[in-house]
Amino acid sequence: MLESSPEFVQLITPDGVRVANPELDPWVADVTDEQLAALYEDMVVVRRIDTEATALQRQGELGLWPPLLGQEAAQIGSVRATRDDDFIFPSYRENAVAYARGVPFADIVRVWRGNAQSGWDPYEHQLAAPNIIIGAQTLHAVGWAVGAKHDGVDSVAVTYFGDGATSEGDVNEAMIFAASFQAPVVFFCQNNHWAISEPVGLQAVQSIADRAPGFGIPSLRVDGNDVLAVIAATRIGLDRARRGEGPTFIEAVTYRMGPHTTADDPTRYRDKAELEAWKLKDPILRVQRLLESRGVLTPELEARTQATADTVAAELRAGCIDMPDPEPLTVFDNVYATPNATLNRERDRYAAYLSSFDSSNTESTGGRS
Amino acid sequence: MTMTMPNAETTTGTEATQMTPDTSTRTLTLAKAINAGLHRALTDDPKVVLLGEDIGALGGVFRVTSDLLAEFGHRRVIDTPLAESAIIGMAVGLAYRGYRPVAEIQFDGFIYPGFDQIVSQVAKLHYRTQGAVKMPITIRVPFGGGIGAAEHHSESPEAYFTHTSGLRVIAVSNPQDAYSLIRQAIASDDPVLYFEPKRRYHAKGEVIPELGASMERATIVAPGTDVTLVTYGPLVPTARDAALAAADEGVSIEVIDLRSLSPVDYPTLEASVRKTGRLVVTHEANRTGGIGGEIIASLTESCFNYLESAPVRVTGFDIPYPAAKLESHHLPDLDRILDGIDTAMGR
Repeated sequence: MLESSPEFVQLITPDGVRVANPELDPWVADVTDEQLAALYEDMVVVRRIDTEATALQRQGELGLWPPLLGQEAAQIGSVRATRDDDFIFPSYRENAVAYARGVPFADIVRVWRGNAQSGWDPYEHQLAAPNIIIGAQTLHAVGWAVGAKHDGVDSVAVTYFGDGATSEGDVNEAMIFAASFQAPVVFFCQNNHWAISEPVGLQAVQSIADRAPGFGIPSLRVDGNDVLAVIAATRIGLDRARRGEGPTFIEAVTYRMGPHTTADDPTRYRDKAELEAWKLKDPILRVQRLLESRGVLTPELEARTQATADTVAAELRAGCIDMPDPEPLTVFDNVYATPNATLNRERDRYAAYLSSFDSSNTESTGGRS
Repeated sequence: MTMTMPNAETTTGTEATQMTPDTSTRTLTLAKAINAGLHRALTDDPKVVLLGEDIGALGGVFRVTSDLLAEFGHRRVIDTPLAESAIIGMAVGLAYRGYRPVAEIQFDGFIYPGFDQIVSQVAKLHYRTQGAVKMPITIRVPFGGGIGAAEHHSESPEAYFTHTSGLRVIAVSNPQDAYSLIRQAIASDDPVLYFEPKRRYHAKGEVIPELGASMERATIVAPGTDVTLVTYGPLVPTARDAALAAADEGVSIEVIDLRSLSPVDYPTLEASVRKTGRLVVTHEANRTGGIGGEIIASLTESCFNYLESAPVRVTGFDIPYPAAKLESHHLPDLDRILDGIDTAMGR
């Protein structure tokens, strides 16, 4: 007989109506209206970060930016479900996750300004360096999780990736290894429907969540634009991992409302009507409606939320523009953890070359010698 | 198979071993010397873990990890599913968590599925994170030909890795170095590709359980004055034989075992070439883009005025590794090395 696919679950409808779900409800029973308002603020702020970073790219202050527009609930809901000692292995689009993990605002754009290849110290935020190689980080999450299991702690590795990544060998190998070692990992797939120009149907002919059971990993298919449902699903996965029940796969069904990156032009490959349809399922709008219907989101709170977002954006902008360029010779730093004679030789030669341009040296060396 | 470990290696604790270093010399095969080094590393540091295919109950297809599972258990000696990218990627995650993983790639020709994780992750993470995340990963790779194996079992892929910044690359040639350098590789905070010459696994030699000279140093295997002959891994014994044969003809060869392919110990090589004025480099790997070309280019830059003849490469051909019945034509042997020496001598 044909197997059934995991049911698509939702707790807040696009109209902002809280619907009951006997399986998920217990996992968010403790979420108060105030906490929901805080999640709303998170999402408003990260959307503002996204807008500001896109503007900074257009103004030439960033080389590139990968917008997360539309994926606020998927990222905020999942990261807010984690504990501080859970270690997150992200791709490059998880900038809302970085925000929630306390990464300083300017450091979120450091990579995209071209000043560094990781904006933060992974151990400061329990958040690995962003990975641009698609899906590679999922294996790191499994390795970390096996280590945590062997260490006898109940910390969990959470790894983020997209629908396109599920076609990569590494993601499939990661699921095999995670199942084999019963590693405490949550595979959090944001199915945002587009891998640059390729629709999800090119990657998978049925739902992505259907794949995991074939690896022996239970999966959930959740409305990724529903912050409450995402929290519930992530908590289920985290709880299973902490209790030694191994990995869980979550497909958060969402939509990349913006381009793949600021270098992309989605008008070349997707219908405007599709975007318009998804705008009706906006992750922020539905929480706003719910909070308004409950009388929580007063005009004063809305104003405060917007003011917070503006403050964050201003701080990010100032931090970005004030960021000094790295010193030239730091190009050689940290290639190795221990001294390397051959590289040191290269560095010394380049240092001498650079110093030959110093005005005080020009006469003696002729600039280039 | 039975395996005799140096007694003190198995019976003393970590600090005790440091306080009273065991200096008893044992005769071990190269494979058993690596095993002894792994054993010592597992004993000394609880963060050392081994992972790979068939390394547990079987002890690896070459028995290099023999008996380690029984002694250290499945959390330290991890048989993995069959996927090289995942073996390396899992090692990255373990390193993120503070472990010191030692991954085994079963054969040289099987490393390519793991290539992306090695080049894009293992090699770059320390740089990418501005030094915050260390990758003290050792990747053990049996390499080279001469055993009449099937396709993909006899390759010499080391140049792919010496071309990759962020990696250290070692090739051992004898039991003593096999023991000392596996311990140094595991102790290194940098990722190390550790190449094991599979056709020399059964070569025996004396092993003192010491760290020995730094893994970055080349070794002068035989001193000489007429030609510097540089090699590594499986061809070191062949080069030594070539030096003996050349001596019969009145030519004095200085044989250098590189040990470290990245970084190369250029000071040792430069001193030798300045003395001899002639240079021959030999390796099994293909000629084009190989380590020999890089070494010759570098030494030509630094020692041009000392050279009395054009440097010579004696290498595998620019072909896919051939069928076993043809491999003797591909692999540099005693006669081809002597021929290269004749060329350098202008004879």
